[in-house]
Amino acid sequence: MTADGAVPALAAEGVTLTYDREPVFESLSLAIGEGQVTTLVGANGSGKSTLLKAFGRLLAPRAGQVSLSGRRLSTMPTRQIARQLAILPQKPLTPPATTVRELVSRGRHPHQAWLRPWTGRDAAAVEAALEATGLAGLAERDASTLSGGQMQRAWIALVLAQETPLALLDEPTTFLDLAHQLEVLGLVRRVNQERGTTVLMVLHDLWLAGRFSDRLIVLAGGRVVADGTPWEVLTPATLREAFGLEAEVMPDPVTGTPLVVPAAGSGAGGPPRPGRL
Amino acid sequence: MVAAVLLAGAVGIGLGGLMVGSAPFTLQEVLGVLTGAGTPAQELVLLEFRAPRVVAGLAVGASLGLAGALTQTFARNPLATPDILGVTSGAALGAVAAICLGGGIYAVGVPLLALGLPATAAVGGLVTAALVYGLSWRHGIDSYRLILIGIGVTAALSGVTSYLIAQAKITDAQAAAQWLVGNLSGVSWASVWPVVAVLAVVAPVAAFQTRNLSAGQLGDELAVGLGVPLGRHRLIVIACAVLATAAAVSASGPVEFAAFVSPQIGLRLARSARPPLAASALVGAVLVAGADLLVRGVLPGERPVGIITAMVGAPYLIWLLTRRRGKGEEL
Ligand SMILES: Nc1ncnc2c1ncn2[C@@H]1O[C@H](COP(=O)(O)OP(=O)(O)OP(=O)(O)O)[C@@H](O)[C@H]1O
Ligand SMILES: [Mg+2]
Repeated sequence: MTADGAVPALAAEGVTLTYDREPVFESLSLAIGEGQVTTLVGANGSGKSTLLKAFGRLLAPRAGQVSLSGRRLSTMPTRQIARQLAILPQKPLTPPATTVRELVSRGRHPHQAWLRPWTGRDAAAVEAALEATGLAGLAERDASTLSGGQMQRAWIALVLAQETPLALLDEPTTFLDLAHQLEVLGLVRRVNQERGTTVLMVLHDLWLAGRFSDRLIVLAGGRVVADGTPWEVLTPATLREAFGLEAEVMPDPVTGTPLVVPAAGSGAGGPPRPGRL
Repeated sequence: MVAAVLLAGAVGIGLGGLMVGSAPFTLQEVLGVLTGAGTPAQELVLLEFRAPRVVAGLAVGASLGLAGALTQTFARNPLATPDILGVTSGAALGAVAAICLGGGIYAVGVPLLALGLPATAAVGGLVTAALVYGLSWRHGIDSYRLILIGIGVTAALSGVTSYLIAQAKITDAQAAAQWLVGNLSGVSWASVWPVVAVLAVVAPVAAFQTRNLSAGQLGDELAVGLGVPLGRHRLIVIACAVLATAAAVSASGPVEFAAFVSPQIGLRLARSARPPLAASALVGAVLVAGADLLVRGVLPGERPVGIITAMVGAPYLIWLLTRRRGKGEEL
């Protein structure tokens, strides 16, 4: 439950997340509000992807529960979850000999069944996703021939085609140049505003995270070290704690969102980054 | 489209297979017998001696092609034939043990050849596949781990099989060697029906997994994200591949290369993202039944069909690989 009593879109209650060794998170509780863009930030290895996987039922918690709109994930059929929650993993595989349109079409998987194969609604969702990501002109290209940034947009298109009220995106802007990063995150924002899609994503660029998110969650050392609006979270003290980074924070002259400017000399001999091997 | 052409090819090869033999038949005679208008002598030759072998060729080929398409897609690796699941090596050990330890092939006689040998082969194949699956299990099935354990188990069992052959009497060793290259010459209806029955069950079950197979190509995480019940999907795919292979290998011995080459040829003919199930099965049927047709009708002496499938299938695949660039090249 959030403060105002509404059921959160996603909630982790006392989850312990483990691979084979010691837990990445222990008894972590976190609620993701509906209709918001929430971004997880933190150093490499701080557990952003791990947390995202738990919210997307890719990693079953060792203890605790994850719930989707108040229902426990572990009790829901996986197809039913897939109609409500889309996931873009950090490293999806590009199948061979598949056009961009065919790839994006696979986003319709959870909406299809043996007695309900491809319909006009599926086709419309795919076309809309191609259009929104600027891939309409590349729709017939073999996906394996796309550039890194074009490929990343194709994955976003696949998630859009899934037409879920919730989307989990793990580093959706990797491989993109700055202009395309802005474009993709602008698209995420637009989808959030127009369709009311709840977005939980992982970003590395704090400036972009601050610019496109309603809420930032900073992870370090297996816990949440800061959680709130970009201005609440992006403080010199938090940056030092989470990233070992000495930095100043000032308003972005264009948007007024926080702009993180590393201090002179940082990166050369700063403290070690937490959570890094 | 490709499937229709292949289906016509399989039917043609089936009819051709009925015509060819020590007493050749014309197409009219074959069709006459099939529609119930033949003489009793014609019926005996065609329906009791020749038809089982033709049907076995088609069914064995289709089973191996289907199983190969399933394992290659599941493991995302064209080298992943059903052999990596341990079925083939287990079946081979079962059959060779029956031949070499069962008192010799002539001592036990025809009943064992027709029924006992396929049965021991099937048991060997299924037990080994279960063993490989069990050893690979660790909070679920990881396809990479499954392949490595399958290769290990296959190597161990092949060693035992070679040991049995080395120990055996020369006649038994020869019979075992004949069985090991894949042979359709001993089949009767009794050994054909199980293959047809298994194929009739496995093919529709596998067909229900086609969309999951496509989603699985995007990686495990995205597949789950799209709603594929990954654990159940994998179990079904592996079970289908194991059953189809065990049935085929039990009837004919390991027909070399059919399970590897048929899906790859199907993939290139259909130009799809993964080996198409129906086309791979049909290519397998055409390949094995066609090779057996060559063995019986064209080549002097009785040669095991497995030799021909490798000799014809492999160069054809290489030709396709060198001829076509672009779509479908990577897998
Ligand atoms: N499949 C895995 N098996 C074992 N340990 C893992 C696995 N995936 C991640 N880890 C470990 O869990 C911890 C958190 O990893 P995670 O991938 O969640 O980090 P991250 O914050 O997403 O990092 P990055 O920014 O590099 O993507 C790391 O210590 C990592 O080594
Ligand atoms: Mg990550």
